[in-house]
Amino acid sequence: MTSALHVTQACKRFGTTQALDGAEVTLERGQLLLLLGPNGAGKTTLIRAVAGRVRLDRGEIELLGQKLNGANSVRRSLGIVPQEIALYPLLTARENLEVFGRFHGLAGAALAERVQWALNWTDLGDRDREPIRGFSGGMKRRLNIACGVLHRPEVVLLDEPTVGVDPQSRERIWEMLERLKQAGASLVLTTHQLDEAQTRGDRIVIIDHGKTIAAGTFAELVERTVGTSRQVTLTLDRPLPKPLDGLAMDRGGKTVRIQAADVAAELPPLLERVRAAGCLVEDVAVQSPTLQLVFLHLTGRELRE
Amino acid sequence: MTVTILRIFWLHLRRDRVVWVLTFIVPVAFFSIFALIFAGQGKSSTPPVKVAVVDEDGSDFSKKLVAALEKDKGLRVTTRPEAPKGEPDRPAVPLARADAESLVREGKVSAAIVLPKGLGASFPSFADDRPTIEVLADTSDPVAPHVLAGMLQGQVMTAAPDAMMRGGIEQFEKWGGPLTPEQRKVIATAEQQMKQPAQGEGGGPSGLVAVKVIDVLGQEKSNPVIAFYAAAFAVLFLLFSCANGAGGSLLEEVENGTLDRLLSTNLTITQLLVGKWISFIMLGMLQVSVMFVWGWLVFGLDLWSHLPGFLVMTVVTAAAAAAFGLMIGTLCRSRGQLAGLSTTVILLMSALGGSMFPRFLMSEQLQRLGLLTFNAWALDGYQKVFWRDAPVWELWPQVLVLSGLTVGFLIVARLLARRWETV
Repeated sequence: MTSALHVTQACKRFGTTQALDGAEVTLERGQLLLLLGPNGAGKTTLIRAVAGRVRLDRGEIELLGQKLNGANSVRRSLGIVPQEIALYPLLTARENLEVFGRFHGLAGAALAERVQWALNWTDLGDRDREPIRGFSGGMKRRLNIACGVLHRPEVVLLDEPTVGVDPQSRERIWEMLERLKQAGASLVLTTHQLDEAQTRGDRIVIIDHGKTIAAGTFAELVERTVGTSRQVTLTLDRPLPKPLDGLAMDRGGKTVRIQAADVAAELPPLLERVRAAGCLVEDVAVQSPTLQLVFLHLTGRELRE
Repeated sequence: MTVTILRIFWLHLRRDRVVWVLTFIVPVAFFSIFALIFAGQGKSSTPPVKVAVVDEDGSDFSKKLVAALEKDKGLRVTTRPEAPKGEPDRPAVPLARADAESLVREGKVSAAIVLPKGLGASFPSFADDRPTIEVLADTSDPVAPHVLAGMLQGQVMTAAPDAMMRGGIEQFEKWGGPLTPEQRKVIATAEQQMKQPAQGEGGGPSGLVAVKVIDVLGQEKSNPVIAFYAAAFAVLFLLFSCANGAGGSLLEEVENGTLDRLLSTNLTITQLLVGKWISFIMLGMLQVSVMFVWGWLVFGLDLWSHLPGFLVMTVVTAAAAAAFGLMIGTLCRSRGQLAGLSTTVILLMSALGGSMFPRFLMSEQLQRLGLLTFNAWALDGYQKVFWRDAPVWELWPQVLVLSGLTVGFLIVARLLARRWETV
């Protein structure tokens, strides 16, 4: 089966800025792919290119096995959720859904059925007659997503759908996306929330300076970058009188760290060595590799830089 | 600290082009336009009053009066109709009263003077039944008829002083007895001097001839000038509504991201522009209609008997205004820029085009310049409908120009909107 979305060697220059410089993305059917990258890395340009709003200087985009060019019919299989709350604030939730449904080619009973589905899906059924300018940020975000998927697209591009919302609303949005995925949609999503990316995405693509610098599952990325070892940190009651071989120290010797491939095997001897040096262990912390570490390793900077 | 505030202010001012335009360019532009309009008042640059003269009397006195009127620099006198098309050499007969009235009705002259039969024979006379000079006026120009009536009295004084003197002596002899031969000789010398051609521009006592101003257009109208003001303000605010509405809504779509979203659907930019254009045509028509209905309700404007012409003018005016709004919206990068540019352009067009100050009071040069504006054509159309009772087909020049502007504005808007398509 062909992939849902396949972008190869995407290049785009705006004036002196090389926004995309050979970026590659593959989204398999039914997957949730997370697109990560620092600000200005080219994520939004890539999403806009797939949406047909940016014409690539070079490269190809295939959607559901068909090459995208201009306004061909396969583009109707695409749903776009922009980063901005791109809705009409004076219209009600229902009216916004109706107008965007019509622009996507829905009408009559099909439109009514999809609008009702969207109101249920977003849990906005009880507020559907209110102008949305009075809605909270989370409610607007949910509606913003709904307006992009009303026409049952097979592939959905979401540009930071959880940005600027509280944790509760974010959780609700993830639930909505999970249901969309279960219904068969393939999703590409950009986000700055690395913790979410680590746990929610089937695959992760990291873009920097317009290039794809890593792609794979979280486990694969960890394996390829920071390795699978855990970081074990011991907090001591007093500084170690002298450095111990293989241990990194800070806080004047009150904290020691090791990278442990097998924590169960390596932790007991470590505790013994510390005790033998005359110190008591006040706290033990074991940290698994995170996407943040992977990101830092790959790009040399934090995601929010 | 204060210096820092001043620095912030200066940096903002330096970079905000809209503020520059509104602060420095708009006031100077407006000052210049109004200076051009008013500076000529009462001077030689004041537009001459176009007047048709019908000499039904044909007497020596009336001929002298016509000649004096023709010499007056404040008047542009027509005494003969234009030669028929294709027969430029055909000698034109003098204007008849009906011809002159038609010229007034068509707006080709501001007024017509009819010198009645027996005018010369009875002059000077203060009798109630003396022949009366009629001024057939188009009071859409409320100044011209009264200026003309005053000028007539002056010209009578200067054009035929000999006749006036002879008449006076006859009256004197009738009631006081005949003059001696010596007295007659002195008077004859004075009379010869007075027969010299009249010089100067009017002035003199009033009431030497009876003058009656007849409003050939507005006499049967209940409140005729209201139509002018209704149209003037309707067009002015229509332009503002369309610029801020049609243009502003486009920029709002860009700024809040809905344009991008819409163009990711099945909608094309052409469909979007057409949809907005039609929306604002309907809104514009409603806006103009409300203005005229209010004029009918409150000021007695005769709307219903002019409905066909009103509808035609309102459709083409609203269509052109909506297209103008889209064009100016696509021209601008932000709503702030739109506010500055639209205010400048609309106020300038309105000042030149007659929405703020009637064009007939402007110099001829400014009147011609005004024809470059949207307002002038729209107002001329409404004037034809409400003032001259012109049939709908006579609106073709206004309809043609406004339709042409509409097409032009739409083409420019579409071309400029290309920047919002795929980049």
